[in-house]
Amino acid sequence: MPTTEHGAMGQQQTPGLFVLLSRFLRLDIPLLTGLLLLCGLSLVVLYSASGQDVGAVQRQTVRFALAFGVMLVLAHVPPTALQRSSVFFYAIGMAMLVAVLLVGDVGKGAQRWLDLGFMRFQPSELMKVAVPMMVAWYVSQEPLPPRFGRLLVALGIVALPAALIMQQPDLGTALLVAGAGLAVVFMAGMQWRYILGALALAAVAAPLLWANMHSYQQQRVLTFLNPEADPLGAGYHIIQSKIAVGSGGLFGKGWLNGTQSHLDFLPERHTDFIFAVFGEEFGLFGAMALLGLYLFVIIRGLWLAADSQGTYGRLVSAAMVVTFLVYLFVNVGMVTGLLPVVGVPLPLVSYGGTSLVTLMIGFGIIMSAHSHRRLLS
Amino acid sequence: MKRFTSRPGDQLVDPVNEARLFRRRAVFMGVFAVVLLSVLIARLYFLQVRSYEHYQSESTNNRVHVNALAPARGLIFDRRGVVLAHNLPSFQLEITREDVDDLEATLSGIADYVSFDENDVARFRKAMRRAPPFQGVALRSNLSEEEVARFSVVKHRFPGVDIVARLRRHYPGADTAGHVIGYVGRIDEDDLQTLDPVNYRATREIGKLGIEREFESLLHGTVGHQQVEVNVAGRVLRVLEEEPPTPGAGVYLTLDMRLQHVASEALGDENGAVVAINPATGEVLAMVSKPDFDINLFIDGISVANYKKLRDDWRRPMFNRALAGTYPPGSTIKPIMSLAALETNTLTRYSKVYCPGYYSLPGDDHRYRDWKRVGHGHMNLNDAVAQSCDVMFYDVANKLGVDLMTKWFNDFGFGHPTGIDIHPERSGIAPSREWKQKQYGQVWYPGETLIAGIGQGYFTATPLQLAHSTGILAMRGKIVRPHLLYAVQDNPAQAPQLQAPEVLRQLPVKDETNWDYVIKSMVNVVSGKRGTARRAFAGAAYTVAGKTGTAQVFTVEQDAEYDKELIEKRLQDHALFVAFAPVEDPQIAVSVVVENGGSGSAVAAPIARRVLDAWLVGEPGVSPPMKDGGQHLTAPKTAERSLANN
Repeated sequence: MPTTEHGAMGQQQTPGLFVLLSRFLRLDIPLLTGLLLLCGLSLVVLYSASGQDVGAVQRQTVRFALAFGVMLVLAHVPPTALQRSSVFFYAIGMAMLVAVLLVGDVGKGAQRWLDLGFMRFQPSELMKVAVPMMVAWYVSQEPLPPRFGRLLVALGIVALPAALIMQQPDLGTALLVAGAGLAVVFMAGMQWRYILGALALAAVAAPLLWANMHSYQQQRVLTFLNPEADPLGAGYHIIQSKIAVGSGGLFGKGWLNGTQSHLDFLPERHTDFIFAVFGEEFGLFGAMALLGLYLFVIIRGLWLAADSQGTYGRLVSAAMVVTFLVYLFVNVGMVTGLLPVVGVPLPLVSYGGTSLVTLMIGFGIIMSAHSHRRLLS
Repeated sequence: MKRFTSRPGDQLVDPVNEARLFRRRAVFMGVFAVVLLSVLIARLYFLQVRSYEHYQSESTNNRVHVNALAPARGLIFDRRGVVLAHNLPSFQLEITREDVDDLEATLSGIADYVSFDENDVARFRKAMRRAPPFQGVALRSNLSEEEVARFSVVKHRFPGVDIVARLRRHYPGADTAGHVIGYVGRIDEDDLQTLDPVNYRATREIGKLGIEREFESLLHGTVGHQQVEVNVAGRVLRVLEEEPPTPGAGVYLTLDMRLQHVASEALGDENGAVVAINPATGEVLAMVSKPDFDINLFIDGISVANYKKLRDDWRRPMFNRALAGTYPPGSTIKPIMSLAALETNTLTRYSKVYCPGYYSLPGDDHRYRDWKRVGHGHMNLNDAVAQSCDVMFYDVANKLGVDLMTKWFNDFGFGHPTGIDIHPERSGIAPSREWKQKQYGQVWYPGETLIAGIGQGYFTATPLQLAHSTGILAMRGKIVRPHLLYAVQDNPAQAPQLQAPEVLRQLPVKDETNWDYVIKSMVNVVSGKRGTARRAFAGAAYTVAGKTGTAQVFTVEQDAEYDKELIEKRLQDHALFVAFAPVEDPQIAVSVVVENGGSGSAVAAPIARRVLDAWLVGEPGVSPPMKDGGQHLTAPKTAERSLANN
């Protein structure tokens, strides 16, 4: 870290206008570039996936603008302010999660929405940020790494909302919330022996849980894990999406030339399954380039987190990066038939605004944590 | 990573150390991200390079549909292979949503050629919302040949509308066993909660009652799938991949339909039930409940008018009296009382009781009447069973006490389900102090012990329980679970696997010869000089042990005379009879209940006689005895032959 500071000092004499502007806006130029590239790609693929629907592209462009605005605002909120409000956001989120189970609206067969009168709101989305904030606040109360007792409480903080979200039922979001919370615990230095112990415990508990399920419940789990056993339900999506990706080959069929995606075979092709369209039209090389771009954003995010000051900011930043990684892996794994189908969009590329805003809040926090370091020290 | 503090409250933070720890974890996370993305790239390599040609060709065969193939439902046979339920082809009109441009126009267009009503349309719309757009949904089933012909001519005008041949459940002449077989019906919301959505993807019907419901998992089979290539109009061009469905297993029942018919005819138009069991194995040979109904009405959904007719009939044809009808067992339980008296040394074989035609408890002038107003005179237990003397058993009941008596009834299967393999079975009531306390919150009165001792009052039992308890007597205390599943045939190429009888337990007795004594008294019922059923069994070619029963439906006022003719039919006594034969090697135990039939000896016993005759001797010169039926299952091919012979 000292070397970085010296480096910055060295350049102090010739700060270009662009650098000054970015410093004033508290944005990290490399990360911002990565995000803008992803969003640009998103619009290109969306145009193709939506059947060349300019309206869809415009709507998504507006959402991007809004989301970047949210990121900019978050970048200016000092981490200390976030830290102080962690408990508040967590409590609000929990209250709303309980409310959604009691009085929530049912959409697409699951109870996820809370009608606030003027807008419909998905409290589980808030928890993707509030849970890591809460865990980070809690573990940063004492020197790291956290002791065993503190770890247990932290796990409880993660498990409670995750369980409530499972009840809705929304497995994808529960996974992301749990992932973000556990990421904080991991980054806080949870000892390896505890990590291995927890894994071993899960390995023992799984068969017991299995033995206690009804046969039809077991069947549903099997279908979930192996969707191709049900070629008319979840398996139908997977079969079609694999055909789309596989027929893309090395170089792809070319932009707007994906036959599979244009013949209405690919379900949800501009939302959760947009990667299939990308894979079909741009092939293995295109997909590798896209994944490379994602990797750049992830590595840059982790670097910024490590370079930040203050335990709290670092932990939340890292959790946001991990959330992004989980989004990416689960979505592409699902589209390529590697993982079960859970409703998780491709981060920043899928059509839609909800997860976009959450992700950009995350990047805003990362930039804030990094850019506020001098003020803290 | 060494901890600086271990005591709580000592909040010394080492920022340098924490930053180093975090950086190490961040590097790990970065490596982890690289690994995950490498996994994805490996997967993409597999799909886009290694399997490229496969997916390339599937993609050029642009339209790939997946169809689920419903398995053929397993057949149901009786013990000799007579078909009780099978599947016949039937035509139905199906509409595939994604191939229809204007659904409303199509519906009104079809109406000119095929008739359907609002109910059909409502059901169709509901089913369509659930089905994927590429799956055909039935608008009407069971089309007539004329409708098929009329529509086929104009089919080209309605893309997306097809006539599809499907298998439809049919029960050939099975109304005599309808209550046992049950029926299949459309899958409803309740079924959806518990069934396996994958295996039932293409299935439209599920067992709703009886055997069809109980053995659903055997009968259903396993779904198959077909990947087909279709053209723009949705026509199947070729089958790319097929995983054929596995048909359901064949289910053989222990019933013998010949005996079932005999029992059904013998019962005639009366309301009631006949149950025949092989006491050694628990196999139910016949189970008739009257009135019966045509279970074929329920296939494809019963019409509202038909259902109303069945539901509102006061005779309740859909009610399975054999399993769920509860009747006072009346005098049929006297052999059990007799055994209990001997086993507990309450009476000996030589004890005599004087029957003046009534019985009174000490210190109470209430007279408990005997069915024979003038009395039977001096009786021992043997006479009392043969002539069905009530006074004798009032006395036995009084001396045994309710607790001991209930224990014996429970041992013989009363008051709890027999555990037969179909539902819904009722358990009847073997009254006890606890039961009355629970049911009415009242104490047990001594007079109620007397009434229970002749199988009246609170005491109720199902016809199945009566046959079961008779079987226990016949086997001298060996209790086997009654069952209807005879054998299961997983596929037609295999021999059916016979179901093993399940012996539940052996009733312990102090003196084995007490069994002989009680059974002898039951023999006297049918062949003794004054036996109550001697007329019904005159000239029987085998030895029979039986017991008549006449159960009061309503209570007669003290000392009131009553004239049977004047009492409305629905208030007349139930006629009961239980029997087993041959005595030395019991092969069949039977119970007969005729609702409001009158006396057991005059009405129920002749019905039992016909069933026993059919099973043990056949009709001389016309048909052989039936008792050897079912042997063919060691060699499955003979199933057809034995069918042809009959």
